[in-house]
Amino acid sequence: MTESTIIEPGRQERYYWAELRRYHELFLVLARRDLSVRYKQTVIGTMWAWIRPLLTMVVFTIIFGRVAGLPSDGSVPYALMVFAGMLPWTFFSSGLAEASGSLVNNANLISKVYFPRLIVPLATIVVAFVDFLISFFILLGLLVWYQFLPGWQILFLPLFLILAVFASIGPSLWVTALNLRYRDFRYIIPFIVQFGLYVSPVGFSSNVIDEKWRLIYSLNPMVGVIDGFRWCIFGDNSKLHMPGLLASIGVVLFFLWFGIRQFRSMEKGFADLI
Amino acid sequence: MSDTIIKVDDLSKRYFVGHQSKRDPYSALRDVIAREAANFFRKTIDIVRGRQVVQGDEIEEFWALKDVSFEVKQGEVVGIIGRNGAGKSTLLKILSRITEPTTGRVELKGRVASLLEVGTGFHPELTGRENIYLNGAILGMKQSEIRKKFDEIITFAEVERFLDTPVKRYSSGMYVRLAFAVAAHLEPEILLVDEVLAVGDASFQEKCLGKIKHVAAGGRTVLFVSHNMSAVLQLTQRAILLSQGRVEFVGAPSEVVEQYIQGGRIRDATTFDVRTAKRDYEGTDAVRILSLRFDRAIPRFGFLEPIHYIIRIRASRTVDRIRAGMTVFARDGSPLGNGFSREIHGMVAGEERELALTLASIGLAPGSYFCGVSVGAGSHRTSNVDYDVVLNTLFFEVLPEMTTSGTMAEWHQTWGSISFPELAIEPIPTRS
Repeated sequence: MTESTIIEPGRQERYYWAELRRYHELFLVLARRDLSVRYKQTVIGTMWAWIRPLLTMVVFTIIFGRVAGLPSDGSVPYALMVFAGMLPWTFFSSGLAEASGSLVNNANLISKVYFPRLIVPLATIVVAFVDFLISFFILLGLLVWYQFLPGWQILFLPLFLILAVFASIGPSLWVTALNLRYRDFRYIIPFIVQFGLYVSPVGFSSNVIDEKWRLIYSLNPMVGVIDGFRWCIFGDNSKLHMPGLLASIGVVLFFLWFGIRQFRSMEKGFADLI
Repeated sequence: MSDTIIKVDDLSKRYFVGHQSKRDPYSALRDVIAREAANFFRKTIDIVRGRQVVQGDEIEEFWALKDVSFEVKQGEVVGIIGRNGAGKSTLLKILSRITEPTTGRVELKGRVASLLEVGTGFHPELTGRENIYLNGAILGMKQSEIRKKFDEIITFAEVERFLDTPVKRYSSGMYVRLAFAVAAHLEPEILLVDEVLAVGDASFQEKCLGKIKHVAAGGRTVLFVSHNMSAVLQLTQRAILLSQGRVEFVGAPSEVVEQYIQGGRIRDATTFDVRTAKRDYEGTDAVRILSLRFDRAIPRFGFLEPIHYIIRIRASRTVDRIRAGMTVFARDGSPLGNGFSREIHGMVAGEERELALTLASIGLAPGSYFCGVSVGAGSHRTSNVDYDVVLNTLFFEVLPEMTTSGTMAEWHQTWGSISFPELAIEPIPTRS
């Protein structure tokens, strides 16, 4: 029984998600390729995954903790709080940066082979996730060093992990599709990421934000993710601001829907523009 | 009763092409500003309207395909031929779902595999082994399938020794062999192939042709784009001639190929203008070759057909005698033979003339060739002087031999470039 494929202008793949499942092997192959290529070229490759957040943690602790004198969450050591925030942030920012260039970098595939193009940026997010896991083990090491034992809240960590993944996918897809058409985004993205690093509670705790600004501040999707992370690891030391969290989750889900929608609508024209 | 497996209806594909308007060498700042502002407004409106942003001052519509319709039945091998820019690759891209048509409809019944390029997705840092799995997955094979066929693939590619070295260390021949080996083991219902036989040496091309023949014999449907008329005539049962985005002719391969070469005669001849071209060998320059052209627009000659061409020359000094000479080169650049014409009366300084030259049939085998042409005096038998020598010109193609029954004679690439006259054969009587 062979299925009929119909090609027509403007026709949305009715079986897009079924197609994605059919190409799941290609997805794994591409992710594996990106991973092995990255670690083939360098000796320091694996180390870079945790040296970067560790060094940033040191710098942020000195700048925000000592020089600016910002308070930490509860009784958590400042350095630990910063590192816990760095984890989801690095995952988001490297996912965004890699995904936005992924289509252009794989131009030879896009112009010669058919497969649901969603696979390409998703594969890069897998690579960012592997880096995240490596840093996570470093975090566990730091928890041991500071002799800090997480409470029951740690059980919610997988949920916030999923939230972090969604938060990454949405904007990444949108930016990836835009970057293909308007290559300006290659320059805009690093700027946004840099800006975001200071606007998100990476170097500081969300509790220093004034109550009246809290809701607007929480529209940044990473606020909910990072605060949630800290709550899972540090328990009641990091209080969760529920309205803010819900606002963040709402923004994450909106961008997830919007990103996928924009990507799919632009997908058909990729091969012509690349 | 085989049913239709590919149905194409009124397929059209439009691209937008930007042109830069003429830039004056002394343009005023006012003009520059006006032009840039106009471009900026046009691009902004395009962004807002969601249209494609095209670089350039003027935008032109270009239809790569227009109202293309045809049907392919299951198990057929169909060749698609046409000049460069006819729309062949665009057609394959649309059928492969890589790009969307502007209008029209295509219906495909079955799993499609496209070979638009050899070695798609090969990553230079990965080893041959890793690239086989990568490339196979990209082409649509399951990992289990690749594992099963792994040994076959390596044997076909002849790269056992270098399987675990990064592909960036491979020679171009090994690279292409490995890439084709993976692609050759695809088992789709519909196979779309785009001129991938244009790479590699003669024995490799033999292998590729053989493999495609094998796939076709297995009852699969193959759509085959090629410039290699010999391959088209050998492999296909039907052919489609595309010209400037439209279907010009569909029919038996021999007829379509014939139509292809005939198509050129009506239009102006293709001229090789070498007036100002740099010369590889400097002659005395007493007479200079201005241009060369064949007697037809599409330089394709039938098997054993004499090669006619015309050269236009101008004398800068008076010369007593003139003769022409030509060397024919095979596609890989190796010279096949050389010949001179007789001497004819010379020219006066400043005179311009055209000479018609003919190379009688010498049994050139089907394939692509090019020439080097000279004008001078004398030959290899007497003292030879070259007034002017032009190399890398007069590219032409010899078509395969047609038998009386209408089929086409095969020519193997490994047999070389000359088809010798029939050998004389006499059995020697045995002594009893």
